[in-house]
Amino acid sequence: MNGLVCPLDRANVDTDAIIPKQFLKSIKRSGFGPNLFDEWRYLDHGEPGMDNSVRPINPDFVLNFPRYQGAEVLLARENFGCGSSREHAPWALEDQGFRAVIAPSFADIFFNNCYKNGLLPIVLPAEAVDQLFRETEASEGYQLSIDLAAQTVTTPSGQSFGFDITAHRKHCLLNGLDEIGLTLAHADEIKAFEAQRRASQPWLFA
Amino acid sequence: MTAQTLYDKLWSSHVVREEDDGTVLLYIDRHLVHEVTSPQAFEGLKLANRPLWRKDSIVSTADHNTPTDHWDEGIKDPISRQQVETLDANIKAFGALAYFPFKDHGQGIVHVMGPEQGATLPGMTVVCGDSHTSTHGAFGALAHGIGTSEVEHVMATQCLVAKKSKNMLVRVDGKLAEGITAKDVALAIIGKIGTAGGTGYAIEFGGEAIRGLTMEGRMTLCNMAIEAGARSGLVAVDDKTIDYVKGRPFAPTASQWDAAVAYWNTLHSDDGAAFDKVVELDGAAITPQVTWGTSPEMVVSVTDRVPDPEAQADPVKREGMKRALAYMGLEANTPIEQIPVDIVFIGSCTNSRIEDLREAAAVVRGRQKAASVKQVLVVPGSGLVKTEAEREGLDKIFVAAGFEWREPGCSMCLAMNADRLLPGERCASTSNRNFEGRQGQGGRTHLVSPAMAAAAAIAGHFVDVRHF
Repeated sequence: MNGLVCPLDRANVDTDAIIPKQFLKSIKRSGFGPNLFDEWRYLDHGEPGMDNSVRPINPDFVLNFPRYQGAEVLLARENFGCGSSREHAPWALEDQGFRAVIAPSFADIFFNNCYKNGLLPIVLPAEAVDQLFRETEASEGYQLSIDLAAQTVTTPSGQSFGFDITAHRKHCLLNGLDEIGLTLAHADEIKAFEAQRRASQPWLFA
Repeated sequence: MTAQTLYDKLWSSHVVREEDDGTVLLYIDRHLVHEVTSPQAFEGLKLANRPLWRKDSIVSTADHNTPTDHWDEGIKDPISRQQVETLDANIKAFGALAYFPFKDHGQGIVHVMGPEQGATLPGMTVVCGDSHTSTHGAFGALAHGIGTSEVEHVMATQCLVAKKSKNMLVRVDGKLAEGITAKDVALAIIGKIGTAGGTGYAIEFGGEAIRGLTMEGRMTLCNMAIEAGARSGLVAVDDKTIDYVKGRPFAPTASQWDAAVAYWNTLHSDDGAAFDKVVELDGAAITPQVTWGTSPEMVVSVTDRVPDPEAQADPVKREGMKRALAYMGLEANTPIEQIPVDIVFIGSCTNSRIEDLREAAAVVRGRQKAASVKQVLVVPGSGLVKTEAEREGLDKIFVAAGFEWREPGCSMCLAMNADRLLPGERCASTSNRNFEGRQGQGGRTHLVSPAMAAAAAIAGHFVDVRHF
């Protein structure tokens, strides 16, 4: 993929900031995009059910800058996605149109949740992320090319950074596989493990 | 046999199968379910026509959305009510080992309810769609938070697709001083290693000060492991663990008890076990902790001042500090004890158990809330905690001091119900997160222990509870 980059220059962005709690009352999986970064993005207080298109936007928040409209790559700082386990955070990013987040580090639960939703979290060294921040801010329309198969992020000038991903995750992302279906293919092994556990620790099966 | 850490033992005893890249199917013994992160998972099961793999692994309650007053009026917010009713319907349709719905006497914050019911046992793997699932590691259980897709995956397969974390030992030696609690230890650790210090690790807490903590103290400590970035916190099993579990509703009984205890007594790191990282703190040097910013790592001693960003060399950190001070409405170098509070919140899965309430009540007894403090909420962690507190007369102490004694739930920790800060309000809170907007948009949170929160309510500003 080739995508416009939006730089979010702050460390420790938590999932409460990504999607505030009042939107977690939804029992659906979609529609969180307009409330992504709600408290930073709008000047009023957001609640579920509001018409977000008529709310006053915060012109100083980077996601609202005209040059970053349509961004598909979020560039972030260390420990992105810390805090709560809410999967609503990657749901909101994905619903907003982001397909990848690049940061020097991610919080573990958020990192894991991303893969379940086709959102690719990419860890690059802090110096590389610094460079990408400088280039994104210096050049309007800055795009990065991300090649999951080759595990590279490539800048417009052709400089490439490699990134790590486990074989399992890569396989699932590239093939859009149903992870539950994959696991259930091993149902006999799970049953055998469970039977042995039931015999050795029967108190776990009250 | 090679010496193993507690985490190694818990991990390897739950591996169903392993792929070449180290990805494993990890068997899950206990699945705690609440209303916020489960509806989409149940929906996924229905759409794919999949049953629960093992319904007797599920223990459930409603906690995040439930009001803490006027229970006779039900849940007024229609969206909150729909979420709680959706859980009722899903549990009815799919089944569970136990369900403690809204208004049930066993209802409470999921991480308070699980242990008090004996639904959390040593040696288990415990998951829940909630990051504070790390709490249950206090029992020598491998426990961590998961997202909703994983909730669905565990419901359908009884397994998680997982990769092993690294091992970290945080050793706190020495005896804690009078007035110093598990909350202060947790905040001191986070202050030392940072909110990302534990990322990629399972943290085992050990040392004399940890052995000295009660089970409830250990739960408070493991609860905050996630605020240090670690999905799981762990404490080795000892007699305190076993004594706590004994006789609880879902604990093993007569015929199985001895076998269970024999196994549980193996749940500690072996002598000479290798840790990837070891962090040491002197327990005797830990003082009452107060956060000043918008991340739990922004923490100092109550005897300190608000730090000055200009003294920070790292530009990203300096900007973060400046932004935090602006949000918090604080000036650098202000003494912590001169910061006034508007609201006090005593509750949450970190600090709402009976010992927390006793600690707070001991400070409050015979005193009055400061006139400048607008509201003090005391929210017990469960119906059982509430009953016990009332049996001991703690509620009367709080009410006599001008505090509000509420019904159990998550309440103002995350403000999904009606309990929330207004913009600019400053709160001394016994909860776990001081993020921007966490307790209400524009609200300003300072994390402290229950005794420190109670003392701030009486004084109207932070005070050193050791001399209060």
